[in-house]
Amino acid sequence: MKKVEFDIPVITNHPVTPSIEPGAMAHVKPFVAKQAHQEPLGFPGELVEDWHDRAIAKMGELLGKYRSLVVFMDSCVKCGACTDKCHYFLGTSDPKNMPVARQDLMRKVYRRYFTFAGKYFPKLVGAVDLTREVLEEWYSYYHQCSECRRCSVYCPYGIDTAEVTMAGREILASVGIGQKYSNEIIGKVHKIGNNLGLPEKALVDTLIDLEEEVKDDTDVDVRFPLDVKGADVLLITPSADFFAEPHVDGLIGYAKVFHQAGISWTLSSHASEAANFGLFIGSQDNMQKVAMRIREAALELGVKRIIVGECGHAWRVAYSYWNTLIGPFDFLDPKYPAPQHICESTYNLIQQGALKFNKEENDDKIVTFHDSCNVSRASRMGNMPGGQFVIPREIIKAACNHFVDMREDSIKEGTFCCGGGGGLLTDDLVELRVKGASPRVQALHEVIEQHGVTHMAAICAICKSQFTKVLPYYDMNMDMIISVHQLVGDALELGVEQ
Amino acid sequence: MSFFSYLYAVLFYCATVTMVVGVGRKIRIYAKTPAPLKIPTTPAPTTRSGVVGRMIREVVFFESLFKSSKWTWLFGWAFHFGLLLALIRHLRYFTEPVWSWVAFLQSAGVYAGYAMVFGLLGLWGRRLLVDRVRYISAPSDHLMLALILGIAGSGLLMKYIWHTDVVALKTFALGLLWFDWAPLPDDPILLIHLGLVICLMFVFPISKLLHVPGLFFSPTRNQADDPRERRHYPGAA
Repeated sequence: MKKVEFDIPVITNHPVTPSIEPGAMAHVKPFVAKQAHQEPLGFPGELVEDWHDRAIAKMGELLGKYRSLVVFMDSCVKCGACTDKCHYFLGTSDPKNMPVARQDLMRKVYRRYFTFAGKYFPKLVGAVDLTREVLEEWYSYYHQCSECRRCSVYCPYGIDTAEVTMAGREILASVGIGQKYSNEIIGKVHKIGNNLGLPEKALVDTLIDLEEEVKDDTDVDVRFPLDVKGADVLLITPSADFFAEPHVDGLIGYAKVFHQAGISWTLSSHASEAANFGLFIGSQDNMQKVAMRIREAALELGVKRIIVGECGHAWRVAYSYWNTLIGPFDFLDPKYPAPQHICESTYNLIQQGALKFNKEENDDKIVTFHDSCNVSRASRMGNMPGGQFVIPREIIKAACNHFVDMREDSIKEGTFCCGGGGGLLTDDLVELRVKGASPRVQALHEVIEQHGVTHMAAICAICKSQFTKVLPYYDMNMDMIISVHQLVGDALELGVEQ
Repeated sequence: MSFFSYLYAVLFYCATVTMVVGVGRKIRIYAKTPAPLKIPTTPAPTTRSGVVGRMIREVVFFESLFKSSKWTWLFGWAFHFGLLLALIRHLRYFTEPVWSWVAFLQSAGVYAGYAMVFGLLGLWGRRLLVDRVRYISAPSDHLMLALILGIAGSGLLMKYIWHTDVVALKTFALGLLWFDWAPLPDDPILLIHLGLVICLMFVFPISKLLHVPGLFFSPTRNQADDPRERRHYPGAA
């Protein structure tokens, strides 16, 4: 167990809803963005003098721009259905981490400035003025939400706290209080093309290293092509796949699949990032600007298909928003008219019998699958609702002999966020990340006890980084978390005659 | 005609106008505000007709609430279904002759009052006893329960204990409807019952009762999951 400054949640054999502890997480907030991180994104460098009026004006603007926000502000009846659904509440006991209470931080201000009841009877309906203290509270608790949408599944009106969190963050950034982690990263994408700030030269070297590594391992020449004009497929993948563990084993898996299926593919140095943190900070402008690099790269390289690697929120943006933000995709092959998920591509190849597996290669593992929040609740795979649950599991089962699912209410549409999503995957929020992971860790603990599960596969770069970091706090091995395409890559028979 | 007859007649007109105009204004705002991005909570239906099905399941069965909390679902559904039946039962005061299906549902409507009271007490109990729900409750949340419980309770009292002249009441109601005013029976319990209903109509457009139109405009529920098949344009519904 690591030495830490905070109490690590005790993992029990059954899920427990804690009693509330007001203020338990009031001290937690991420580093504030500096001028250098704010201005390239179009935000003021520091708190502006007329922050009050600008914040209220921005709120009014967003209420007129997003139907979700205005409907969600009015519709909540405080029924309490969401109160025990957020992993951050379950892990921290702080009642302001209950979805309704998080929304109420904004709803109280909305009522005060935008509704009859709040203007004339503020105490009765719990309306408050926007003060510095309220703004600080927003900064703290709108950065204790990973925008995972679990609450929206259970709300009788479909109120999605993610929409409120995004609006809260956008208002904060627009008066000068942005979040350093997300804004610094978005700046790097605008400037260099990926979250890591990895320049083209470094990318080239990394890919050459990978080719050598796979050659050493398998004696097969699996290519990792970059900027190949006229390739059929453009692969857009999170930049963590280029060198972080266990992500890179996933990238090797994709390359082996493409190699074995005889698909010509390429990466792009211009669009070397699938992640799009513009989503996290609620800035549609930044989200569009980040995504536009991908359209530019696809047109420049003249590809026929776009495939997106294992990344949760990136798939949300790609699946749900790309067509709106950077479409239409009329330049793609009509057989593949929309960007696909790597799992859809691999699944189709398995269905066609184009891939053969030696499943015994994975016999040292008993695998479970962690549904990533954005894939589960904000996107789809395949042509039927819920395909995003079926397809990754079918791929795992094709490559592994031993697969078990975790408790039903902790997977699929009810999946728990890893605790690091939504722009919170930063060391200044490690207490939140460890505590927020506890509902997932608890469900994982159950299948370890009952079925001897050794590995948890995921299809999201953030999930993989988060679990690698937080599992050791729970005395679990960081290597437990793996890429789905690592399982694929390890069991795939290369070079066998088709 | 008594003072109360005039007062209640005027209040009913004002309350109706307030409710219709207020809720209509909100509906217009919801309808006019763009939904720039596709945000259905998935898995979601991929077609418009599928969305209609999802919406019907939400409105009629409270599907999401059922997934969330069986107790809240039981109390909430009993209250709302009871309210629906009670409203239908009250149509007999506004129709002459009474529509046959309304007459058919009269006997069921009696139990509706009990279902409402049962549901409301259950919901209030949760609000007082569950620490999480107590924490999120504002005074207005308790007042709203008191208001509706007052309406249901006074209705049941009139049905079983302090009867009122329902024939005269119907004449008053039809008089309001056809602008041919008639006296209102001045039983205190009736005046309380109707007074609380008038209050409810006044607060409808400025309170959480906006969840009624809100549900139909909730993008996470009313959007089809078809962003690949159909390009969603910014500013579109």
